[in-house]
Amino acid sequence: MKISFKINGDQKTIDVDPNMPLLWVVRDELNLKATKYGCGKGMCGACSLHVDGKLHRSCSYPVKFAEGKAITTLEGLSKNENDLHPVQQAWIDENVPQCGYCQPGFMMAAAKLLQEIPNPTTEDIKQNISNICRCGTQPRIIKAIKRAAELNNAKTS
Amino acid sequence: MINLNKVKLFIFVFFAVALYSFSSLEYKDNDSKADKSLEAFQTVLEVLRSPRCMNCHPSNDVPKVGDDRHAHLFGVVRGADDHAGPVQMCSTCHQDENNEYSLVPGAPHWGLAPKSMGWEGLTDAELGAVLLDTTMNGNRSPEDLVKHMSEDALVLWAWEPGGERSTPPVPLNEFKAALRTWLDNGAKVPE
Ligand code: FES
Ligand code: FES
Repeated sequence: MKISFKINGDQKTIDVDPNMPLLWVVRDELNLKATKYGCGKGMCGACSLHVDGKLHRSCSYPVKFAEGKAITTLEGLSKNENDLHPVQQAWIDENVPQCGYCQPGFMMAAAKLLQEIPNPTTEDIKQNISNICRCGTQPRIIKAIKRAAELNNAKTS
Repeated sequence: MINLNKVKLFIFVFFAVALYSFSSLEYKDNDSKADKSLEAFQTVLEVLRSPRCMNCHPSNDVPKVGDDRHAHLFGVVRGADDHAGPVQMCSTCHQDENNEYSLVPGAPHWGLAPKSMGWEGLTDAELGAVLLDTTMNGNRSPEDLVKHMSEDALVLWAWEPGGERSTPPVPLNEFKAALRTWLDNGAKVPE
């Protein structure tokens, strides 16, 4: 079945099984490798991306539901490396990743969190992001999200 | 000679007896309608109290999962509009249908019933009162309630939940018939 959507600003049409997880489409059909396959069961958050501005776990999102919508993956969070999204910059500033596998999912969740809660407390972060990091980088993630909030505020003030 | 007074008395007694019999028949009829409605409501309650319905009608802010009705993992809570969030919404993982890849269940407008429709821990009478209270049930008349319970896609998912999930203890056609009987006989709930 032909399915059309925008991804990171580019219009795409693909011809796949309509029930194929969006994660597979993103990684294997469109060769965008930031979004990761962790559990495949909607539990770890490694596959998080945005569809029409909403946070989704793409392993649990049939691509047919993306018809006509706009998808953003970590690759599309900023336009280029000279103009990073506050979350990307903060992740560099705080040296967040260990193995890095979970990080794209966390960053997409963090970007959404800052839209909804521009100045999140530690509790806000813990309550609203349930992604899993097996390397134990959560303390650095929390620091980085607060740093991203500062960067964001500086940018918009 | 016809005794006029006797005739009058006869006519009076005749009509009095007729009226009494007629009204008691009507009472009996009303009683049996109410009984039918209440009996049907017990069938409805069996369904409403099943995990498939109760899990999304919690009295607190925590969605429940499974036949043991454990709290939803990941600290999921009701959120401002009964669809969790504001960052991770129900729709972050649950779509309009069951997902055969991730095995995450799904149906249209997946989410919790409003808190005013929390049924956990209620007696039959309390649950019945809540159901009929338009200030708590989303301003639904008994007809609207029957429509919701027999046509809403998320409600109907309970009978086709997929995987190993149990279904409500009453088959869908019997549940619909019970709803109809309940409604047609006065939508009575226990007092
Ligand atoms: S891979 Fe999608 S939630 Fe784990
Ligand atoms: S950095 Fe290794 S799993 Fe998170």
